[in-house]
Amino acid sequence: MLRQPEHDRNADETAPAEATTARAAPPVVDVHDVTVAYHRRPVLWDVDLVLDEPRLVGIVGPNGAGKSTLIKAILGLVPLASGRVQIFGQEVAAVRRRIGYVPQRESVDWDFPVTVLDVVLMGTYGRLGWLRRPGRRERDTARECLAHVGMADYASRQIGQLSGGQQQRVFLARALAQQADIYFMDEPMAGVDAATERVVFDLLAELRRQHKAVLVVHHDLRTVPKYFDYVVLLNMGVVAAGPTADVFTTKNLQQTYGGRLSVLDDAAEALQKQQRSR
Amino acid sequence: MFAWPAYNTLVVLAGASLLGMAGGLVGSFAVLRRRSLLGDALAHAALPGLCLAFLLVGRRSLPAMQAGALATGVLGVIVIALLRRATRVKEDAAIGIVLSVAFGAGVVLLRYIQNETTEGSKAGLDAYLFGKTAGMIAADVVFIAAVAALCAAAVLILFKELKLVAFDSAFAHVQGWPTLSLDLLLLGLIAVSVVISLPAVGVVLTAALLILPGAAARFWTSRLDRLLVVAMLFGLLTGAIGTLISAQVAGLPAGPLIVLVGAALFLISALAGPRRGAVARWIALTLQRRQLAKQRLLIALYEASDLAKTQGLLPGAQVITAGALAVSEAMPIAKARRDVRAGQRAGLLDRAGAWTERGASQALAAVRAQRICRQALRDYPELMVSRFDLDYSAAVADLPRELLETIELKLRREGAWPDNPRSGMTAGTSP
Repeated sequence: MLRQPEHDRNADETAPAEATTARAAPPVVDVHDVTVAYHRRPVLWDVDLVLDEPRLVGIVGPNGAGKSTLIKAILGLVPLASGRVQIFGQEVAAVRRRIGYVPQRESVDWDFPVTVLDVVLMGTYGRLGWLRRPGRRERDTARECLAHVGMADYASRQIGQLSGGQQQRVFLARALAQQADIYFMDEPMAGVDAATERVVFDLLAELRRQHKAVLVVHHDLRTVPKYFDYVVLLNMGVVAAGPTADVFTTKNLQQTYGGRLSVLDDAAEALQKQQRSR
Repeated sequence: MFAWPAYNTLVVLAGASLLGMAGGLVGSFAVLRRRSLLGDALAHAALPGLCLAFLLVGRRSLPAMQAGALATGVLGVIVIALLRRATRVKEDAAIGIVLSVAFGAGVVLLRYIQNETTEGSKAGLDAYLFGKTAGMIAADVVFIAAVAALCAAAVLILFKELKLVAFDSAFAHVQGWPTLSLDLLLLGLIAVSVVISLPAVGVVLTAALLILPGAAARFWTSRLDRLLVVAMLFGLLTGAIGTLISAQVAGLPAGPLIVLVGAALFLISALAGPRRGAVARWIALTLQRRQLAKQRLLIALYEASDLAKTQGLLPGAQVITAGALAVSEAMPIAKARRDVRAGQRAGLLDRAGAWTERGASQALAAVRAQRICRQALRDYPELMVSRFDLDYSAAVADLPRELLETIELKLRREGAWPDNPRSGMTAGTSP
């Protein structure tokens, strides 16, 4: 269950028995009171978020709402002005081997002199640790992951020769090669072709079947109900978070987007589809 | 004339080659990690350290001066980092500030030493501005070799880690690698290879020894391991040739010569390199353009013969005339004549203007690719958008087989599936 925890510090103390029996495993992600600021301007403000079970979670909100920053804050890529983050009940640094990451495509130089296979192999580096070079086993894993995203034929291509969608698939394959338990994806569907979007969708469905947790920064409201079990509506703070059916409502969206009509029309269309499909 | 170099020249040659190799190796990473200007700032910031060490020790002691150079060089980099963090100054401006201020301070100290101390005027500190390889002795070369070996060992051992951080440091951080330490290590390698280059190349131009070999190597390969080897080779050539010229011509400082040699290698690579060199790109583009022109020609000729055949528009339909081509393609008759002649020259049409066997089969392939491509673009736009290519054959090359069969069936039903123009001719000649 994804929720915004109550701000009641004594909750656990007043019902200790219930707390210990009801929650045997620690939450998958526990974001507590997180504030991130560039200089003095807050980008995220008092964000509280708990994901109890591994699910597909869409992080949605207007431009500049801090969606990417939320992921980066959880992963320790931007300094927290306040608050703390735990994954699987531990500090993030202690569980890095269990985390898979798909950064934004634009974040790297695609002219870098490496092949597609090289990039996917980077996913295995975490397990390899210092000094050990990737060997046959890692290569096989990387090839499998490439095949998984329909890029098997591109293994020896230089990455500069790929289209945007293909670049995105390479990043997905690299994250798969990490063989993680929880994945963070930053706009994997932004500016990709339909074939790649299909690949992403199938991949998400498969990760769901394998009971992996996946947190995805997503920009297209129309596809939210189709993709995600849970939604976080974000605009500097968490406007609403929970199961898609409960949270992805016109009222909440209006609150998140401040009533920008074209966006809400998209959402309304998606909601109708969702209701019809039930 | 090139005489067989003397012992002294050999020593200098070995030293300069090693400097070039270390610079090429470390510099490639610096360039890829976008830290090459940091090397430049570091070199300039080393000058005051050199001079201060000289003043403190009171004589020309190479180890002391290199230690001083390292100290202020690294200090300069720290100041850059602080400026960026604490103020709103961007990195390029911060580098510019530190580079010029430190160099200014260094030159003032240098002149002070030369004017005020008796040792100073003899010490030849001037050489540190633009470099002087002639003063190099065997002990210097041994030291350079040791530092170069250290750099090579570090890169060899940490190749995987350095590559990852250079390509995607955020990913590396999430994966648990200490990106800051790895960056500091790279910075350390840059620092030591800059410092050992200072006496030979000078503070002003040392950065070129870091940047040029790696940048030139990029034109020859797209794989990092090979790029490092090529960069080291270019560095070696740069150092060696620059030194040789400087040894032959008295009075020319080595630094500028080495830089010019490096620039020449870079220019040759940019022109002739097979990866992205200008010549290679021009050849590829020309071939591509020819290929496209031929495809267009084949299709145009096919349409002309098809029109002649089906409409019985013109007599002698076996033969593609310029007139038929002009009508079917709505082109001026002069261009149509040129095109027919081009088809004949390429052996697609015979002298009379009828299809040759080769021409017919190539035209058939081209037209089929075009029609499949158009149909697919209409029926499966989302599939074709990412594949679309001016070269129709390339656009449809990797479509799945079932899809191709479906499209063929559809085109056949509509009577739009092209037949071999030669076999069509014989069947269609009776009016």
